[in-house]
Amino acid sequence: MFQDVTLGQYYMADSVIHRLDPRVKLVGTLVYMISLFLFNNIFCYTLAAILLIAVIAMSKVPVGYMLKGMKAIIFIMIFTVIFNVFFTSGNNLFSFGIIHISREGIRSAILMVIRLTLLIVSASIMTLTTTPNRLTDGMERLFRPLKLIKVPVHEVAMMMSIALRFIPILMEEADKIVKAQTARGALFDSKKLTDRVKSLIPLIVPLFISAFRRASDLALAMEARGYHGGEGRTKLYPLKYAARDYVSYVLLGLYIILIVFLGIMSARVVAHLTAENAYLSLIF
Amino acid sequence: MPIITDHLTYSYGGKKKSQTAAVNDISVKIDDGQFIGLIGHTGSGKTTFLQLLAGLVKPDSGTVYIDGEDIFAKDFNLHSIRGKVGIVFQYPEHQLFEETVFKDVCYGPKNLGLDSKETELRAYEALKLVGIEDEVFYQSPFDLSGGQKRRVAIAGVLSMKPRVLILDEPTAGLDPAGRKEILDLIENLCKSQNMTIILVSHSMDDVAEYADRIMVMNNGQIALDGAPGEVFRHREELESFGLSLPQVTDALMKLKDSGIPVRTDAITIDEAVKEIVRVLM
Ligand SMILES: Nc1ncnc2c1ncn2[C@@H]1O[C@H](COP(=O)(O)OP(=O)(O)O)[C@@H](O)[C@H]1O
Ligand SMILES: [Mg+2]
Repeated sequence: MFQDVTLGQYYMADSVIHRLDPRVKLVGTLVYMISLFLFNNIFCYTLAAILLIAVIAMSKVPVGYMLKGMKAIIFIMIFTVIFNVFFTSGNNLFSFGIIHISREGIRSAILMVIRLTLLIVSASIMTLTTTPNRLTDGMERLFRPLKLIKVPVHEVAMMMSIALRFIPILMEEADKIVKAQTARGALFDSKKLTDRVKSLIPLIVPLFISAFRRASDLALAMEARGYHGGEGRTKLYPLKYAARDYVSYVLLGLYIILIVFLGIMSARVVAHLTAENAYLSLIF
Repeated sequence: MPIITDHLTYSYGGKKKSQTAAVNDISVKIDDGQFIGLIGHTGSGKTTFLQLLAGLVKPDSGTVYIDGEDIFAKDFNLHSIRGKVGIVFQYPEHQLFEETVFKDVCYGPKNLGLDSKETELRAYEALKLVGIEDEVFYQSPFDLSGGQKRRVAIAGVLSMKPRVLILDEPTAGLDPAGRKEILDLIENLCKSQNMTIILVSHSMDDVAEYADRIMVMNNGQIALDGAPGEVFRHREELESFGLSLPQVTDALMKLKDSGIPVRTDAITIDEAVKEIVRVLM
């Protein structure tokens, strides 16, 4: 029941991408995502896709494993396509009754699907290649300047890494409780919605209690070992940039320059399109 | 209501990954009224086997027959065995959820579709059976002691009046007195209610005294199966599975090794004492 969740899971492998500093991956993913929103044309997306495919190939994460995570958003995808195809006004290609399908509608549906796919895949490649601990380490380090304005950066990072650590544990716990209550006649698999809603309380109450119990045990164990927040705390594995991290930043910079160049170029081409070759606007 | 398993096989993560199966090709027959001790090292597949018996996970291949019916057949309604096969999970007190002890014990029978009178009657009986006092009935289950919680949780399964009761390490985490209480309760259920009992443990001492049949699991298979005396004769084999003999049997074996001609098939302390006295007199 809870085994199909792959989004946000780590895939263990030994690759350059895995070894990159988490800060590089965080900044890289963020910049990459922003770049997807800067321009909306097929050339820029092609460049972005090439970069992503190269990263996936280097990461040694099986493509099938990555795509499993996509299943979760298939509905959003379909919804986006329908919304774009039917509700974008423009040059009608064909219409039946009140439904009009326009050239612009198809164009924006295609581009939207590409954009969404690139977004999701880039986010999941980051989480698949970085352990939650390294990820929060990276965030803590990146957000450290915020301490100056009294943001409890360390505490937030600690909470995040504990929360992430607890997800699989609670998932296992939920699985056990589901089985136990099923044996007592609960109807989790019933087709009737009312049955399923009724069986939620016997799942959620024990799950909450177990989460609280674990949390207080953990808090005690941490205090017993002298944890007292971030003040003066050093890292066991301090983050340090290696040569590959600087190379990655440079490549990222090149990518941005290239995509901005491409974006401006194609915008110019579109501006100079004449009436006869207007159909070309479908691709630009 | 005999239970028969037919080449039952299950592995986590689906068959594709072809890791070692958690339950590997188990075929056994369990008769009515038997008290079975299922022993095995941690990770030997006991819990998985139990969940298959109770129809809570679907096997990769093979099946389970309860009352002659294939419970994993497509048209079989698994809900119908909930009242027949009761399963008490490890740390069952973690599944308590209701506001009061009494309501929690009512949960099972209510799910069976019984009317409220019958439900309450069964809950009352079950709570009495496990030795919970009336004044505790309307307390929150979360305010009870560890042993009490465990007994309430067991009552929650007993109130469904199963004819087969499966218990996964029911004594884990209890003190010796609590252990004995639970084990005596289970023995009583087997004797007086003629329930079939399948008791799981990784400790021989727990089950040796109570079970009339012992199954030893190792690497997802039933490695030994028979009366306790018979199983304990395979000392080396048991040790290779990471299990030890019950202390009583072990002591008698050592006596025998040192030249005192005792028989080594005694299982309870009383039997051992008699045997030693018989030899020494
Ligand atoms: N939820 C699970 N996911 C994956 N593997 C599991 C899971 N539960 C148990 N296993 C594996 O299956 C095997 C049998 O486990 P289990 O049936 O719990 O054994 P036991 O109850 O005898 O300790 C073990 O190797 C264990 O690691
Ligand atoms: Mg177990």
